[in-house]
Amino acid sequence: MNVRQLVSPWSAGAGAAMPIERRRALPKLPNWAVSWLQVGPLAAILLVLFVLPTVLFLVVSFFDYDRVGIYPAFLLDNYAELLTTPATLRVYVSSLKFAAIVWALTLVIGFSVAHFLVFHVRSPILRTIFFLLCAIPFWTSGIIRTIAWIPFLGRNGAFNQILMATGITDRPLEFLLFSDFAVIVTYVHLFTLLMIGPIANSLAKIDPALIEAARDAGASRWQTLVGVIIPLSKTGIALGSILVFTQVMGDYFVVKTMSGGQSASIVSMLSTEIQAMQYPPAAANAMVLVVFVAVMVGFMMRVVDVRKELVK
Amino acid sequence: MDHRYDVELVKVTKRYGTTVAVDAISLRIPPSTYCCLLGPSGCGKTSTLRMIAGHETISEGDVLIRDVNVTDLPPARRGTAMMFQSYALFPHLTCLDNVAFSLKMRGVAKAERHAKAREYLSLVHMADFAARLPAQLSGGQQQRVALARALITRPRVLLLDEPLSALDPFLRVKMREELKRLQRELGISFIHVTHGQEEAMALADLMVVMEAGHIRQAGAPREVFETPASAFIARFIGGHNVLPGQSGMIAVRADRCRLGPPGDGPRVTGRVAAVEYQGPVVRVALTTEDGLEAAALLPDHDFDRAPVGPGDVATLSWPEGAAHQLAG
Repeated sequence: MNVRQLVSPWSAGAGAAMPIERRRALPKLPNWAVSWLQVGPLAAILLVLFVLPTVLFLVVSFFDYDRVGIYPAFLLDNYAELLTTPATLRVYVSSLKFAAIVWALTLVIGFSVAHFLVFHVRSPILRTIFFLLCAIPFWTSGIIRTIAWIPFLGRNGAFNQILMATGITDRPLEFLLFSDFAVIVTYVHLFTLLMIGPIANSLAKIDPALIEAARDAGASRWQTLVGVIIPLSKTGIALGSILVFTQVMGDYFVVKTMSGGQSASIVSMLSTEIQAMQYPPAAANAMVLVVFVAVMVGFMMRVVDVRKELVK
Repeated sequence: MDHRYDVELVKVTKRYGTTVAVDAISLRIPPSTYCCLLGPSGCGKTSTLRMIAGHETISEGDVLIRDVNVTDLPPARRGTAMMFQSYALFPHLTCLDNVAFSLKMRGVAKAERHAKAREYLSLVHMADFAARLPAQLSGGQQQRVALARALITRPRVLLLDEPLSALDPFLRVKMREELKRLQRELGISFIHVTHGQEEAMALADLMVVMEAGHIRQAGAPREVFETPASAFIARFIGGHNVLPGQSGMIAVRADRCRLGPPGDGPRVTGRVAAVEYQGPVVRVALTTEDGLEAAALLPDHDFDRAPVGPGDVATLSWPEGAAHQLAG
């Protein structure tokens, strides 16, 4: 039949043969070598910048020390002392309290902002502008953004002047600066973006048809939020929570600057030890903090499978 | 029935900025009708469906469901339920909870809503999959669950947005039968958006062909196929040759055309452009000297009696009464 002439005999074969020939042109590496080349760079970075220092801390944390030096040993004293001092518990409780309050505030603010950006801002240009407005302050150093609050919240600061000028108060408010309040305000300012990013990312992945389907089934806005949107953004919420939690637990500067010396953080305790050249107890302190944060993060990862969000 | 129409559209218009997606269309759908909105992409059929559902605001005009004006009501209070093109199952909920979702929103107790949801899952033969998540189901199974979820609200009108387009051809034919069966059993109206004329003809009691925001023809599939209103309809429905007649264009069904020595009847002559074997019939496509295209669908034994090949000269003829005069 004529039909055979219509199909050119080489058209199908040529396309399939091409990639095979091109692959042969490259020197063929064994599979194991390819795998190692792929994993190598990241593995090297992690090994040098994370595993080695951590091992070093672990080793030093068992060392003996006096006022002039540190001596190799295997003592559990550093840990014993750390875990029995009431100051340790006090500092951990204080840091956890900050972490909990800041987590709750950044979660509510971060979710609201992300929800607004993803579902309410229709124009892509406007959305990009708003995202930049959220992100640009992040380009400044955290230290500067922390210090910037001092002239604003101080006794004769801008905020108190506004309050007195408008007659809301006749005396400046004292609790604004060098207080837990100031610490929390600064944390929330510093870390809300860490919530907005991951949550906005998971909200943006929600198929708009799902929200219409909820509306079609008679769900109110609130029911849609609780029954559909929040469950579908929980990986973003978990990711943001981990970021905020680890930041607060590892903070040193904000507590030191904004609490006016009234609160201590875990790292500030550690820093005091380093300044006194007490490296082994400082190392033990660091190890306990790493394990504590790792356990907490591990617990959060158990609640929500964060990998699902990262892989997609 | 105590109402005249399940759905009535009165000069319904949809504008996006300055573009008119749906231009003052009016349509009446009698009780328990399987209605297919058919048209090429961008013809306004999906916008029309979404306006009936309440997921799209109506720029002008009114939508009535069972004689009640629902133009300004939210989706859940219109008595409609929508089945989305991508099914839009909630990925974090099991099939059972997906189906029970609307009952949960209404505050129905857990045991009661689960019992009801199981009942509707059985209706679509999915009772064994109640505990699965949507991601663990095939496309066809997801669709059945979506159907159960839409039906559990006991809608007066079920709206389906290209429900079969994501399925493979075999499953599509099977699902199509099932949709028709459900519509007959439930006795409600279905409005089904599709761009497939074969699907529309197989399903519809009322076939509505749309183009560029207008309804070009609405009627029973047989009526539309036998008496297409315009050259566009004849071409879109398929199976027709649109040719110049004595007064304007005519449509001739390809299966009424024959090849062979020209008799006294109407005919066109051209060269064979393609021969397609389609099982029960052979399709022979001709191109005339003036560049017109025409085709004949010949029973295989007719074709075998006088076979032709590409490039041959052939004459296509049809009985006098087979031509349908097209307006405009």
